[in-house]
Amino acid sequence: MKPHPPGSYPVVVVGSGPGGVQVAYWLRRMGIGYAHLSADERPGGMFQRFPVYQRLISWTKPYALEERGTEAYERYDWNSLIAEEPEHRALVAGLMDGSSYFPARSEMEAGIVSFVQKTSLPLRYGCRLTGTRRDDGDIVLETSEGDYKCRIAIFAIGATQPWKPAIPGFEDVPHYVEARPAREYAGKRVVIIGKRNSGFELADGLLPWARQILLASPRPATLSVTERSLVGARARYAQPYEDHVLAGGNVVLDVAIERVERGDGGYRVHARGTTHGGNLVLDADEVIAATGFQAPFSVLSGCEVATFNQGRLPAQTPYWESPSAPNIFFAGSITQGFGGLKKYGIPGNSAAVHGFRYNAGVMCRYIARERLGMPADDQEIAPAAVVDNLLRWVTKAPELWHQPSYLCRVIERRGASLVLGGCEPLAAFVDAPGDDAVAITIENNGKGDLYPAVYVRRDGRVTEHVLDPAPFHDFETPEHRAQLGTLVRPLLP
Amino acid sequence: MTGVDLADTFAGFALFADLPRHRLEALAHTFEEEWFAAGQRVVRQGFGGAGFYVILEGEAVVSVDGRERARLGRGDFFGELSVLLEEPPAADVTAASALRCATLAGPHLQDVLLDYPSISLRMLQAELRRLRASNQWQA
Repeated sequence: MKPHPPGSYPVVVVGSGPGGVQVAYWLRRMGIGYAHLSADERPGGMFQRFPVYQRLISWTKPYALEERGTEAYERYDWNSLIAEEPEHRALVAGLMDGSSYFPARSEMEAGIVSFVQKTSLPLRYGCRLTGTRRDDGDIVLETSEGDYKCRIAIFAIGATQPWKPAIPGFEDVPHYVEARPAREYAGKRVVIIGKRNSGFELADGLLPWARQILLASPRPATLSVTERSLVGARARYAQPYEDHVLAGGNVVLDVAIERVERGDGGYRVHARGTTHGGNLVLDADEVIAATGFQAPFSVLSGCEVATFNQGRLPAQTPYWESPSAPNIFFAGSITQGFGGLKKYGIPGNSAAVHGFRYNAGVMCRYIARERLGMPADDQEIAPAAVVDNLLRWVTKAPELWHQPSYLCRVIERRGASLVLGGCEPLAAFVDAPGDDAVAITIENNGKGDLYPAVYVRRDGRVTEHVLDPAPFHDFETPEHRAQLGTLVRPLLP
Repeated sequence: MTGVDLADTFAGFALFADLPRHRLEALAHTFEEEWFAAGQRVVRQGFGGAGFYVILEGEAVVSVDGRERARLGRGDFFGELSVLLEEPPAADVTAASALRCATLAGPHLQDVLLDYPSISLRMLQAELRRLRASNQWQA
């Protein structure tokens, strides 16, 4: 018998990639009634197909500074879904064959399948969302198996639909998702349009095969190691760039593509230099558009979900809810639509598993508290323990390391006592009114400095305070205790 | 509106007047797009690391210590004083409606101004107009 038949549920989750599975895990754990639907026949989402050249961009360290299976270990494992039970943690690490600390696509997919099996999460597979509509205050999801009526819908549908800019001739250019096995490009001159990770991933995969690779897009390439953040192509894919700067034959070009023509068995790309000017004509055997992705929104058109970035992403509040369509929430990689404070230009890591896996729990607690009226599980904390707790979190808490300046941990004053406010979006903490409170997170100024940032809310006004960086990022020191103690003293009963 | 290419939108703004199409295109790829719900803060008074913003759609309110000082609309920009002086913003900028902005990380604004002298000139003109208005206000 398939679980979750059509009917009425408090919450419906759509999507069985890591975003949807992580949300379902928390809903069940918190005792919220829900149905979980997926058009696929098994869990895994985009990792059933991507990355095309088969190895991930984010690491999982089987041996790390913290013991596998602890919460603190999550900082070193960017790929496993998170769980409160130690036996359900760090599953990807246990599936890797030791040939790289970047899991293979198949290892990542197996990690998600294994998580669903071990946690016995019920999922209705083969149930395709075909449309949405409003019915009084409720949301109706129309699916291939019938209607689901719910108060709250959570879409973890991925930003995985190919997106191409409106450039003449681009309709004939295959997208990244249509790239063929690398050996089929043997001896060919390949133009890859796009210099973000997917463009560099293709170029890296084609290095042993292509005769020449031209990486072309208007903006100069940025690399994570020079940007000192994940804004920029990852070091793992930087080899084509090194080939270019050392004149190895492959070339990275800053050009605006004006049009693409099909010729005798090949392509002619007309381009104009952006950083150096001048027209260029690139003759190529193959052209691939690594121009990014969009979320599949056509199914949401009945619910007026506002989008931006040329319709590629849904607009979102700090709790990942559509501001134009209340009670519609997002999970997984499309939560990148809320970038957070973006201090020094660095957004949250919500586009990737290591970031969005934490958004899921924060969102589920928000839904339980604010929409379903479930009581918060407030724990009191002794005034004498506040500083040590904050410094332990900022040294160890994986969600602060993976979502720096995006998520924070909070302690609130309630009357004469102090309570643990949990993990919250930093934007919600600093912009919403509330009781006197303190929040802590990690920040990065884009110059290589990582340090704790403390936000103190008193009488409705939030002030920012930056603590010193520390060798090995250990902030549990007497100096940090003294700095932080001064900041939080006015909040203590 | 959201389907329009950023370079096309930039072409209609005074700040980017004088730029040929291919330069506009490179510039558009240097910016990111961001969306803010009404009431959400975009720039926060006293917080470090703020960016530079150009309004594509919607309206924003500038306020100091909670008091409204100005309203900004399509084509207006903000954040440059904080970025170029490397000081935390002296005002909050809050979305007054749904607000869509093109944004540039602070550290990249200086590069853009050096690479595109015409933007520097247009920005200087805008700052001088603001200065003149504030001098008249005080007189």
